[in-house]
Amino acid sequence: MTGSTTALPAMRKPSGTWWKRNQRRLAPYLFLAPGVFMFALYVIWPIFDSIRLSFFDWDGLGQKTWIGLDNYYELGDDENFYTSLKNNVIWLVLYMLAVPIGLFIAIFLNQTVTGIRVYKSLFFFPFVISQVVVGLIFSWFYAPNFGLLYKLIEWMTGTGIAFLAEPDYVTYALVAAGLWPQIAYCMILYLTGLNNVSPDQIEAARLDGAKGWKMLWHVILPQLRPATFIAVVVTVIGALRSFDIVSIMTDGGPFGSSRVLSFYMYEQALSEYGYRMGYGASIAVVLFLIMMVFISGFIWKMVRDERGV
Amino acid sequence: MFPTPIERTAPSIQWMYRLALPAALVIWLLPLIGVAMTSVKPASDLAQGNYFGWPSHFAFENYVDIFRNSPIAQYMRNSFLVTIPTMIGAVALSCLTGFALAVYKFRSNLLVFFMFVAGNFVPFQILMVPVRDFSVQTGLYNTFTGLALFHIAFQTGFCTLFMRNFIKGLPFELIESARVEGVSEFKIFWYIVVPLMRPAIAALSVLIFTFIWNEYFWATVLMVGAEKQPITAGLFSLNGQWIAQWQLVSAGSILAALPPVLMFFLMQKHFIAGLTLGATKG
Repeated sequence: MTGSTTALPAMRKPSGTWWKRNQRRLAPYLFLAPGVFMFALYVIWPIFDSIRLSFFDWDGLGQKTWIGLDNYYELGDDENFYTSLKNNVIWLVLYMLAVPIGLFIAIFLNQTVTGIRVYKSLFFFPFVISQVVVGLIFSWFYAPNFGLLYKLIEWMTGTGIAFLAEPDYVTYALVAAGLWPQIAYCMILYLTGLNNVSPDQIEAARLDGAKGWKMLWHVILPQLRPATFIAVVVTVIGALRSFDIVSIMTDGGPFGSSRVLSFYMYEQALSEYGYRMGYGASIAVVLFLIMMVFISGFIWKMVRDERGV
Repeated sequence: MFPTPIERTAPSIQWMYRLALPAALVIWLLPLIGVAMTSVKPASDLAQGNYFGWPSHFAFENYVDIFRNSPIAQYMRNSFLVTIPTMIGAVALSCLTGFALAVYKFRSNLLVFFMFVAGNFVPFQILMVPVRDFSVQTGLYNTFTGLALFHIAFQTGFCTLFMRNFIKGLPFELIESARVEGVSEFKIFWYIVVPLMRPAIAALSVLIFTFIWNEYFWATVLMVGAEKQPITAGLFSLNGQWIAQWQLVSAGSILAALPPVLMFFLMQKHFIAGLTLGATKG
């Protein structure tokens, strides 16, 4: 790439000078072209295509039949859709616990005793491993009769609880598994944030008698705002994207009680329940719209920051 | 520093802290420790109800077993075949896009930038049907190229955000003075900016490696069978075959976790720098 641009001006004078005059204006578009092309092809266009497909009845192979809003009407009467939606809300609300718990662990670990670096890395460990592995680890943890948690509860109360087999508990058990890596992520964000909190302000606040909670609330947290913003963004997105854990640990069961929208969509479009691409697309559109509420909020804030700089 | 440095507190509190650290760590990693222990237990231990005790002997044969009796080596190989091209492709593309968005002022700059950022947040399911259909139509379905191409495209969103912010932090005078000297834009990119981007390239490479190695959804949507599926999707099917053979499931899980864990420990500084980008700017 660089070779050709240096050779060109010498060989072909007129176009070379034109290039020389205009290269700074054209360069950004040339640099952007491959990335934008790929992103448009695989991310932007599919969004619109999914929205279009949600108005069709389609099995993925044969003819597409236009059915207007029928997929959405069907969603309105679909019990499983409401179960998934309810579970998404549970995920979203409880997943947010990752932010304060992550902050708590970060404060706990923000010391300089010997070996603390190793502790920090090991606390971060769950985030590094795949959610599939996290799911398997927690399946073992919850497993009836021999799972560690099952045994622990049995030992304390006399009867163990098979969390993954109880429709009333299963989603909470899945969220707990999902929280494990997410807390680690929030923790590392806050550890970095705490590292950069201005020591002068802390000392000044100490002289004014601020301590503990007061110090945390009035002096530390305002300075951690960028870390909190990122922690909230990744946690909200993570909660709504939850798929791996559900698929690995329960496959949506028992009796579909642990489905979330992302999983239900996959099930409708691509599994033994039949290839209902149009219906699946309509579920995806609903999930997309829910996420867009949050995404536009985040983007709005980021644009404001960008303009402010 | 917040909280108060432990050295400045009473000795009793210092002692408590020193005890609390390992205790908290063990509780935090309890599920993982349990699975690691299970992975080296002989099947007979589990049959006799020795779930949590010390293994009667260290049964590393579990690890040999999974290699011998399952396509796990194939799955691992497939993971590498998807992960490494994705890593190279996404980092390369985002060097270009990040440079364009950080250095040039043009009208749609912010619009393109936020298109990348926003696209990075969308649910995978809204992309699933069209991407799968496109892959089937073009013959990319169930190929490493097809899966890697999708990942490259999608990861370019996050990588662009990262690269653009990184390049914005570089001294702009370097570029200006090169322009005054008449250096072409492409040479500025290649000879001035890229060498300065090394830490960002390292950070993104480890992150993308980890993300893609651990990725599961697209591995099941775009790939079928042990011939092509990466380890995450492979573990799902092996888990179905190894019902109740927890020593094998555990060994497989530990093995699947190993490459990103190694990557993390070897490249920790870059890994954390990449992940916490923006957590300190205010």
